[in-house]
Amino acid sequence: MALLSKKDTNLILDPLADNNPITIQVLGICSALAITAELNASIVMALSVIFVLGVGNVVISLIRNIIPSKIRIIVQLIVVATLVIVVDQVLKAFAYELSKTLAVFVGLIITNCIIMGRFEAFALGNSPWRSFLDGIGNALGYGVILIIVGFFRELLGSGTLFGIKVLGDPIAKTGLYAFGYENNGFMIIPPAALIVVGIIIWVQRSRNTALIEEN
Amino acid sequence: MLEHIELFFKSIFIDNMVFAVFLGMCSYLAVSKKVATAVGLGAAVIFVLAVTVPLNWLLDQYLLQEGALSWLGPEYADYNLSFLSFILFIATIATMVQLVEIVVERFSPALYNSLGIFLPLIAVNCAILGGSLFMQAREIPSLGLAFNYGVSSGIGWFLAILAIAAIREKIRYSNVPPPLRGLGITFIITGLMGIGFQSFGGMLTGGDESVAPVEETTVEVQQETDEKKNKEEIDEKSVSYNEVNIVQE
Repeated sequence: MALLSKKDTNLILDPLADNNPITIQVLGICSALAITAELNASIVMALSVIFVLGVGNVVISLIRNIIPSKIRIIVQLIVVATLVIVVDQVLKAFAYELSKTLAVFVGLIITNCIIMGRFEAFALGNSPWRSFLDGIGNALGYGVILIIVGFFRELLGSGTLFGIKVLGDPIAKTGLYAFGYENNGFMIIPPAALIVVGIIIWVQRSRNTALIEEN
Repeated sequence: MLEHIELFFKSIFIDNMVFAVFLGMCSYLAVSKKVATAVGLGAAVIFVLAVTVPLNWLLDQYLLQEGALSWLGPEYADYNLSFLSFILFIATIATMVQLVEIVVERFSPALYNSLGIFLPLIAVNCAILGGSLFMQAREIPSLGLAFNYGVSSGIGWFLAILAIAAIREKIRYSNVPPPLRGLGITFIITGLMGIGFQSFGGMLTGGDESVAPVEETTVEVQQETDEKKNKEEIDEKSVSYNEVNIVQE
């Protein structure tokens, strides 16, 4: 960690836990939940957001002194939209199946509140290197939640991870299924994602009681 | 006429913006503490969706789609500018929101006072961009239907935020476990409401298989891989983990 001072390390580590963008700052839930039925899609989505937020934060930070503050929202939207188009085209070229699964949700990274939130709150007032770390940190915090949700939903919902049948074959009744275990179809439907995130928030706030809100 | 009614109910209940595709969750969670503000934001969302979806439909139809430029002349017929749609849609939305704000402020100060503070928020509301992107993905065939889609998905969003705001006003008097207070319980309630809304899936039967509902897309890939492996057994298997599909078939 010779490259990073202690302050810089905190920029990355804070959003992973006590200042998590999803569970604490309530940002970026919009495009996240619908694609977490599978681990694969969750990871690709997380990587896309890491790219967009990391690069976007640097770009905004570089031009922060020349953006007129009245039109900064439009400028920010254009920067994000350009980066998202890059991500979308790359996905379509190299991972066509996945880009079908993610469908319009790649486009919705543009209006992901995490991105605008970090641009406004951090990149507009900090140097490019720190903005880069902040972007990576927040996107990682977002990705961690996505991956946790994706992991549980895919494991409990269809008994697979990355499409591999880790719990045995539900039709041939091997592995766990031999003992009468059944997949929980409830985990596959979209609203289950909300409930899983609710439970993550519950666990996190039970461990760190300072985060508890007023009723 | 029938397709209008069908699209209307489908967008409000079955493909509800919040419960089926999780769009506009940020403002949904942030502005739902009081019913009065929720109504204001909900009305603004309906309004902006009703303006931007038809506008983006025109852009998509005459500028972006493959072959959309053929009205310029036969040599333009092969152009496919659809990769530009994100940037054009968001530019349209940001501009329209600004324009709407200025017009409303000039002609109806009363409306501006109730809607005005929410309008800037709306430019970055995922429900607005989502409305345009879904309009494009579902290939909505006519301008009238696009307008209908904008209005009805706005109404769906309005209903959702109204319902959660009313519940949150009541839940203040309940004894929620401390770690769940605020955000946690709101998530879980939204999830439960979403499950409730899924039961509307059986409302429309026949004729809409071609328009694949979005909540299925996440499941589809999984189903396809399974289908390849054991085509015969897929029926009984999909029953166990894919209730969404079953309900809608």
